[in-house]
Amino acid sequence: MKLDVNLSIPRKDFDVNVSLTVSSSQVTAVFGPSGCGKTSLMRAIAGLESSATGFIKMADQVWQDAHYFRPAHQRDIGFVFQDASLFPHLNVFDNLQFGLKRQAKDKRRVSLEQAIDLLGLSPLLERSIDKLSGGEKQRVAIARAVATSPAVLLFDEPLAAVDAAHKQEILRYIQSLHCELDIPMLYVSHQMDEVARLSNNLLLLEKGQQLASGRTVEMLSQLTLPFAHYEEAAAVLDTVVTAHDDDYGLSSLAFAGGHITVSRDNLKQGDKVRLRIMARDVSLSLQHPEQTSILNILPATIESMVNEGHAQKLIRLNVGGQIILSRITAKSVDQLQLTAGKSVFAQVKAVSLLI
Amino acid sequence: MYDDLVAFAITLKLAAITTVILLLIGTPLAWWLARSQWRYKFLVETVIALPLVLPPTVLGFYLLVMLGPNGLIGGLSEALGGRPLAFTFTGLVIGSVFYSLPFVVQPLQNVFTAIGENVMEQAATLRAGPIDRFFSVMVPMARPGFLTAAVLGFAHTIGEFGVVLMIGGNIPGSTKVISIAIYDHVESLEYAQAHWLAAVLLLLSFLLLMAVYGLNRRFSVLRS
Repeated sequence: MKLDVNLSIPRKDFDVNVSLTVSSSQVTAVFGPSGCGKTSLMRAIAGLESSATGFIKMADQVWQDAHYFRPAHQRDIGFVFQDASLFPHLNVFDNLQFGLKRQAKDKRRVSLEQAIDLLGLSPLLERSIDKLSGGEKQRVAIARAVATSPAVLLFDEPLAAVDAAHKQEILRYIQSLHCELDIPMLYVSHQMDEVARLSNNLLLLEKGQQLASGRTVEMLSQLTLPFAHYEEAAAVLDTVVTAHDDDYGLSSLAFAGGHITVSRDNLKQGDKVRLRIMARDVSLSLQHPEQTSILNILPATIESMVNEGHAQKLIRLNVGGQIILSRITAKSVDQLQLTAGKSVFAQVKAVSLLI
Repeated sequence: MYDDLVAFAITLKLAAITTVILLLIGTPLAWWLARSQWRYKFLVETVIALPLVLPPTVLGFYLLVMLGPNGLIGGLSEALGGRPLAFTFTGLVIGSVFYSLPFVVQPLQNVFTAIGENVMEQAATLRAGPIDRFFSVMVPMARPGFLTAAVLGFAHTIGEFGVVLMIGGNIPGSTKVISIAIYDHVESLEYAQAHWLAAVLLLLSFLLLMAVYGLNRRFSVLRS
């Protein structure tokens, strides 16, 4: 299944012009500041923006072109809104059933039980909506969308109204959805951590224009794009758990450029784990450092570097084909005489697991 | 006494029929008013609100002219083989519909506006078509508004006097309603009967309004 979108949406201040493709088992994140047109784009794909013009095709069905506009209720989508406003006159169970009941029988691939299990809702089914916390509401909203067996899932900043504690929990649920169900997802956000964690592909939107798009792992470490220049700039690595050290409670994660050691944290051998390494947590050394407390030291080659303000430089490192970022002072760069092409050792002070 | 009971029955029948018609007309009208972006919408709102401020005799006078044999509605009725509608029960129903229209349309419009577009869009993304989502989402959510509209429409119709006097006349068993019966009793200095009827109307109105406020409070507690 593949969703093709090429849309132009008129707005008061500027038009939103986007073309994108989402294929099955992919999460595409749409990233941009508030008011850049992300929500308009999602609404247009869902059929809620009648002023949108262009082309939308899901698998072999045209949803919209110059002559045709398929109304929202006939588009095979699951839409999770920002504020999770559920139907207040129905309890959790009836909310979950609302869309499912209306989906044609031969199109139902996700069962109600499956949707309930995936979002951990079985203890809440009889609750009335006003007795739910913000995080629970959003889980019900996600399950309600999933239960319609949509051909594509659209998330419009689903965590905007959820407190930090429940954010991680819901992110885990969304991740497990992505693993269990073969449904392409579009995920709108202006939070780097959500994007880094969930998405395979990334589309950067600014004032309605598509500035860049590509694989998330590559986009985040592009020095020409804004992501690498945020305070929390980080590179993302996809790794596999290969070994455990039970004496010290550590796990070894393999990627193309070597191994990374992390605290074990319930990992199983063979698990796919996405890692995030912040640029500010990576320091450089010309020799392999001995007698250091830092466990993760990776041989790397400097690919390129740019000034980051007056005092700092941002360095793009190639570690066996994978990219990580390092932000160090300009003074250190001069002292070590770092230049593109030079071999160095990257000392990684901290790694966060995106699971 | 018997006359008063008949008048009472006619009043209830008039109020019931009027309320049903008003809900049928008022719901789509209120929906349109709540959703339309038309820039001259306020003109329609003004016309609907007119009976709130217009002296009932003025409204009654124009209705009398319209319902009479030379009027628009009366003439149409005659052309279709009926008779002029002035001084008939049907005429009273038509008059009451105009007279009580704002009491039904305004609470509905308010509740439709308050509920907003968002839940309807959610319902649309959950495969509910326009009519489906109106009945499965908007109507249950707007229940307090429907209750208020129905009770206000009903109670206000029971209490009408001026319009009825102008277009209904005072025909016992056909167009004589309870408010007019009270007036007649007072005119003939039959204060005892007037007291009875007035007390019944007072009590009925009190109970109806109490029901609205009481039930709406319960709904709003459920909702908060």
